[in-house]
Amino acid sequence: MTINWGALLLVAGVALAVTVVVVALVAVAMVGFSARETGTAAQGAMSPAVGTALGYACIVVVGLIVLFGLGLVAKDVLTHLFA
Amino acid sequence: MDLTLIVIVVIVTALAFDFTNGFHDTANAMATSIATGALKPRTAVIIAGALNFVGAFLSVTVATTISKDLFDQSQIIASGIGPQVIFAGLCGAILWNLLTWLLGLPSSSSHALFGGLIGAMLVALGTGAIKFGGIVTAVLLPAVLSPIIAGIVSLIATYIGYRIAERGAENTVRAGFKAGQIVSASMVALAHGTNDAQKTMGVITLTLIAAQMLTPADGVPFWVKFVCAAAIALGTYLGGWRIIRTLGKRVGEIETPQGFAAETTSGVLILASSSLGFALSTTQVASGSIFGAAAGKRLATVQWSVAGQMAVAWLLTLPAAAAVGAIASAATNTGVIGTILVIVVVIALSVGIFLASRRKPVTADNVNDVPAGKQPVPVAA
Repeated sequence: MTINWGALLLVAGVALAVTVVVVALVAVAMVGFSARETGTAAQGAMSPAVGTALGYACIVVVGLIVLFGLGLVAKDVLTHLFA
Repeated sequence: MDLTLIVIVVIVTALAFDFTNGFHDTANAMATSIATGALKPRTAVIIAGALNFVGAFLSVTVATTISKDLFDQSQIIASGIGPQVIFAGLCGAILWNLLTWLLGLPSSSSHALFGGLIGAMLVALGTGAIKFGGIVTAVLLPAVLSPIIAGIVSLIATYIGYRIAERGAENTVRAGFKAGQIVSASMVALAHGTNDAQKTMGVITLTLIAAQMLTPADGVPFWVKFVCAAAIALGTYLGGWRIIRTLGKRVGEIETPQGFAAETTSGVLILASSSLGFALSTTQVASGSIFGAAAGKRLATVQWSVAGQMAVAWLLTLPAAAAVGAIASAATNTGVIGTILVIVVVIALSVGIFLASRRKPVTADNVNDVPAGKQPVPVAA
């Protein structure tokens, strides 16, 4: 009986890292977009322009992470198709 | 019974299981999105069904797990057992899926399938055909660890998400995570297709091997992939509203950041494990994620009694499905009459469970209405 602890730890580590990064990036993006609204903590911390730019930058990074994940799946498919 | 006929019966039964797997697991991807209003119920199941169909074609890694890791294929071939043994295993899985659906409990369809097959194989071939080490490493260990890992990851992500987002405007944050939930729920639906449809593909492949219509060296035929993808997509589209209600409304008051964190956790975990060939239960991952997300918010409201009910169902899944699979296997071993008897009994019980569900129907129209006494109770953390 062989348990692949390395692979299991890898799955757990990837899940933790990717999930935390994605959720944090979306949260930061929302704070950035909030700078456009009056009376928020974000408005005092950054200008609306900077907040908007930050927001879009974070969303782009999240999009790239999602695309990277989909790319890994697609690579798996291509490997099977042309193996 | 003619071999071709029994193979057809098994394939139809496997697709019936795949269908129940789909509607049993719609909640995994869409429960929180429906609960938070990120997606309308009907829209959610259409998206989930379509992405499950696509996902089923994206990986074959898990499909081979059942036939290679859990059972000794050489002994299956050498013993000359018929596909009726696999049919018996599927009967156990289908009945357990339907029963837990009736009760609104998100138990693992994968474990029901493994349990049913193990019970049927034990009766037909004894212990020699089953790789118990494989059961531990490919089924039990991931089953214990996956909800724990999912819960911890989701809890941490939810906590961090809230801490960052508290500086933002409430409406903007809610709207942003709501939009994010559409993407994350879609990813889980896709991941579910890559993971769960594979199991039925594995069963049909095993059947064809047992009937000597394929060799273990052959891959999964395209038509098998297609019909499995279609069956799980159709089941997903019809939506297991009872389980969606349990996961979306009875675990806790889920807000959009929690739903997003839970779905992101589920999607990443399932995709990562699927690509590494682990037979992870998407139900246990999704359930763990939702509980983690519910607990990750300060002053959280989590209905831990629901977790207790789920845990009991999870503990019973493997042995209960195995018991039904074993009884069905014993009956089918007696010959044609026994096989027909099993078919009649399974259909009768399935119809009975369906009729029982009609007494208190849960549909797309009332899925978010939680009956009095079953709402989450606020608890100061």
